[in-house]
Amino acid sequence: MSVSAMVWLLLTALYFLVPLIATFLFSLRKVTTNACCSLAAYGFVLHNGDFWHTLRVSFVLALEVIVICLILFVPTIYWVHLKLPKLRPLIAFLALIPFVVPPIVMVVGILKVFKGTPSWFYDQPNGILAATYVILAFPYMFFSLDAGFRSIDVHTLTEASQSLGASWPTTLLKVILPNIRAAALAGSFLALAIVMGEFTIANLAQFHTFPIFLQYVNETQPYGAAALTLISFGITWGAMLSLLLIGRKRGGQLPLAAGRR
Amino acid sequence: MAYLELQELHRSFGSHIALNGINISLDQGEFISLLGPSGCGKTTALRLVAGFDRPDHGRIVVEGRDVTGVAPNKRDMGMVFQAYSLFPNMTAKQNVEFGLKIRGREKGQRRGRVDELLELVGLGHAADRYPFQLSGGMQQRVALARALAIEPRVLLLDEPLSALDAKVRVQLREEIRRIQLELGITTLYVTHDQEEALAISDKVAVMYGGVIEQMGTPLDMYTAPLTPFVAEFIGTMNRLESTVVDGTTGEIDHDGKRIRVDAARGRSQGERVLVLVRPESLELAASNGTAANGNTLAGEVITHTFLGPVTRLKVTGGLIADMSTARASALPVGSSVVATVPTEGVQVISLPDDAPTLAGRDPDDQ
Repeated sequence: MSVSAMVWLLLTALYFLVPLIATFLFSLRKVTTNACCSLAAYGFVLHNGDFWHTLRVSFVLALEVIVICLILFVPTIYWVHLKLPKLRPLIAFLALIPFVVPPIVMVVGILKVFKGTPSWFYDQPNGILAATYVILAFPYMFFSLDAGFRSIDVHTLTEASQSLGASWPTTLLKVILPNIRAAALAGSFLALAIVMGEFTIANLAQFHTFPIFLQYVNETQPYGAAALTLISFGITWGAMLSLLLIGRKRGGQLPLAAGRR
Repeated sequence: MAYLELQELHRSFGSHIALNGINISLDQGEFISLLGPSGCGKTTALRLVAGFDRPDHGRIVVEGRDVTGVAPNKRDMGMVFQAYSLFPNMTAKQNVEFGLKIRGREKGQRRGRVDELLELVGLGHAADRYPFQLSGGMQQRVALARALAIEPRVLLLDEPLSALDAKVRVQLREEIRRIQLELGITTLYVTHDQEEALAISDKVAVMYGGVIEQMGTPLDMYTAPLTPFVAEFIGTMNRLESTVVDGTTGEIDHDGKRIRVDAARGRSQGERVLVLVRPESLELAASNGTAANGNTLAGEVITHTFLGPVTRLKVTGGLIADMSTARASALPVGSSVVATVPTEGVQVISLPDDAPTLAGRDPDDQ
């Protein structure tokens, strides 16, 4: 490795590590004296019932969003690539809308539109909030999956599978999905990150999710907030690693970017 | 009764007519090649047989049963594609096993069949390799084994060798024929390579513009082409546009030069005909300086193309002659020659004004 490459690597590492290290050092201060070093902030977080409750709510929500996104978008994008390629630009355009519409506008609109729907949907984070997060995750999921489908020869693989007797669902599950695994995982990571960090919509819709708890702690317990930030950082990375390992295990020993030769 | 029949198949894409009423019958165990330039409709025909597309009119009949409306996964037709089509997430063995799993065959039976087929295509040692660990030729062999594993009623091959290099193509085409004969499987093969089609087929159907120009044995196609297009597409041909002078003697006029060919006998005086002479049938000799006489055409050697055992000479007047490399060296570029047109073994066909030729063909692919 050349010297310039090492310098750039070091600078990049510092860019990411310095805030983490600073946050960690801050989290070790004592509430009473502001001096180092105490794990009291971590004790406060880990012994707080709201922490575990909101964490569970957000994780379940994230899994729900990932599952809905995959069920909705994988067959749709597959079909668009296979039969309706002219629709792709339209879908790509639609996928940009969540970037353009501010979250506050979106949540006000959604709450108004769905007012009067059953309470199991309207009053539950796993109902209306999950549906809203699916919209937020749409661009990330679409562009990830789209890149995955572009990297394989969808037509030939589909026809080969069908000529061997496979039905559409079998073709999708056994042939197509394993070969866009990397793209599906990437989309899932992004969806997970969105749900674990989204504050505006959850706050305006008055749901108690993990980012809401994080904000509450930040306002009341500065050292606890730093500890909570690091814990949530670790948990999110751990969750992503789990998804990656699950994806690898199911996909066999192939490199993630298994595609057309 | 024919085993596979394509009856009056029509297929259009917008204003483009891809197939305009083709009829093909294959007996059981027969190997027929659909041969033609890009855009002639050969792949469209194969896709209709496979079930990936539906004809506008016409029927596809297998063993007396109309399968035109049957879904591709219910047709029992094995297919090898032009593009590498192995499933990247599966090993060679798993690829071959895929169709058997779909059919619910028990594990022991599956494994036995997979091993047998991988041995048949010479890849028993590569069973556990993934597609990205296999060369192009190996991938197509696995694809062939995979298509054969399901014991299909018909084997369909869509230019399976076109992505391979020349040497592998020749090896693999011979293997495809060997395996086809060994298993006695009815096979429809699509190619644009006339040498490939002639080498391995029982019959060849030359297609152009969505219709079959001519169908017959490779020998028939080579020696007795029925249309100018077939004559030019199959091998290389000297085309002498001529006018019949005397139908009794077979005398014709080509660019003001009178020559006689037996095949022109019985044609009416003034009829426009195309005299087709294979390069190997045209005899070239050094001119002694006098005007060409007898059944000869005069010219000058323009180029030499070394083809190994033979050398191809181009002569003014659009003539091409193949001769042994040793003899060709006696006729260097620029030398005056006379080309003797044999009276026998020459094909003569009527020349309609709208007859398609390679020079005028539509280059659009389908």
